[in-house]
Amino acid sequence: MRVFAKLTLTELKLFLREPISAFFVLLFPALLVVILGSIPSFREPSDDLGGARVIDLYVGIAVALTLAMVAIQVTPAVLATYRERGVLRRLATTPVSPLKLLSAQLAMFGLAAIVSTALVLAVGRLAFDVRLADNFAAFVLAFLLTAAGTLAIGIFVAAVVPSGKAGNSVGTILFFPLMFFAGLWTPREVMPEVLQKIADFTPLGAGERALNEAMTGSWPSLLSATVLVGYVAVFGFLAVRSFRWS
Amino acid sequence: MTVIEVRNLRKAYGDTLAVRDVSFTVEAGEIFGILGPNGAGKTTTVESISGLRHPDGGTIRVLGRDPGDRTLRDDVGVQLQESGLPDKLTVQEALELYASFYPNPADWRALTRELGLGDKLKTPYAKLSGGQKQRLSIALALIGSPKIAILDELTTGLDPQARRDTWDLIEGVRASGVTIVLVTHFMEEAERLCDRLAVIDHGQVVALDTPAGLIAGLDTEQRIRFRPSAPVDDALLLARPEVREVHRHGSQIEVVGTGNLLHAVTSVLAVNEIIAADLRIEQASLDDAFVQLTGRSAKE
Repeated sequence: MRVFAKLTLTELKLFLREPISAFFVLLFPALLVVILGSIPSFREPSDDLGGARVIDLYVGIAVALTLAMVAIQVTPAVLATYRERGVLRRLATTPVSPLKLLSAQLAMFGLAAIVSTALVLAVGRLAFDVRLADNFAAFVLAFLLTAAGTLAIGIFVAAVVPSGKAGNSVGTILFFPLMFFAGLWTPREVMPEVLQKIADFTPLGAGERALNEAMTGSWPSLLSATVLVGYVAVFGFLAVRSFRWS
Repeated sequence: MTVIEVRNLRKAYGDTLAVRDVSFTVEAGEIFGILGPNGAGKTTTVESISGLRHPDGGTIRVLGRDPGDRTLRDDVGVQLQESGLPDKLTVQEALELYASFYPNPADWRALTRELGLGDKLKTPYAKLSGGQKQRLSIALALIGSPKIAILDELTTGLDPQARRDTWDLIEGVRASGVTIVLVTHFMEEAERLCDRLAVIDHGQVVALDTPAGLIAGLDTEQRIRFRPSAPVDDALLLARPEVREVHRHGSQIEVVGTGNLLHAVTSVLAVNEIIAADLRIEQASLDDAFVQLTGRSAKE
């Protein structure tokens, strides 16, 4: 436990020493809420959105963005770099299993995602009166499902790419279409029906839907939950099968 | 006491047989060298001893345990090639982190002083020179106060001064009772440090002896050159069984032969009251032994 804490703390320090990824993970999602919330028309109830305001939707989208940053952008690059540089190989010769380092890293990323999400929710609540989920347990469930689904994909990417650079590139290539379906540019509520249907089956589309459903007080729909669990199962299995330590 | 026992080790990667048949034992307190050309199977052998590879055949015992036994990690420090650290981790953070992995860690401040890293504690890994990274790597292999240290190409990338400093350090570590397995392709290093050597080629042990024993076992010619104080008749020298050829280069004589050639030549000269000036003996080195055993130079 002492070693795990020390590893997690070390990973946290290393994460904060990469100012660009730290900014995009920890501050950018909340900043996005501030920027969008400062547009007056986004604070008006919209008939297209069934009476909701644009900013109401973007709080959920910003949470999905946080998880996408952590799981799809940062995780593959960091893990693949660790393997490429032989960090995992060196660790394998010590009493500490490389698996412990991976767990420490996931703990650190989980912590970062929680901090960033709390910031998004706080900004949404305090600045723009976005109602926090009535059903907090549903929100936690949606958050965990989305985190698990995206992390499984991120770890799978880390497992199959040859280098840290490749991990970074693949992560970026995945990030944009996945975030498109999560509604970063156009909320899914105003997407054409075909795109909505597609989005329901993408990890971040399903995740964003589950998060927004939870924000309005309902449990994640069976479809979203099933899709996310499916991503965890398939990519988790593939990641475990293909992960190499050196 | 035997601390490492390798018997008929065999390891293939796909169709490539990296280690065909390697056996040796390492005794407590010695510096045991593993020498061989690139691709001979040295690294695979030490990786198998370190528990990073599962052999396809043969047995390995380290301190009486299977290399896969995780309790061995407390007692065996390993410095491998191609193992790095995160770019932004500082020297001190790396040492403190790795020290926390072990039940009885060494004093990392003393280690860094001995390794000349004392003024680099706040430097991130990426900003270290190749030699400094190498020395940090050695420090991390020793930080757990291991009973056995396995060091793969320990001085590669070091300048000559740093290499000699590292040799002193290794001798100091051995003096404290640590058994050392050293993979190297530097003959000078092997000759200076190793008590015994296994020469590995094409996945097999082709020789196992002390450095002096390896050199003595060579069936090579010796050459003695000198300038005689008075003319010498070739026949006098050739009359001795040790002498095979006599050449003349201006005022110099070169005698080629085997066995105790020097004694043969000096006794002929003494009987004839001739003094040899500028006497030079070309002796075989570990390098020569290596070339004869493997058909290649270690520098290739």
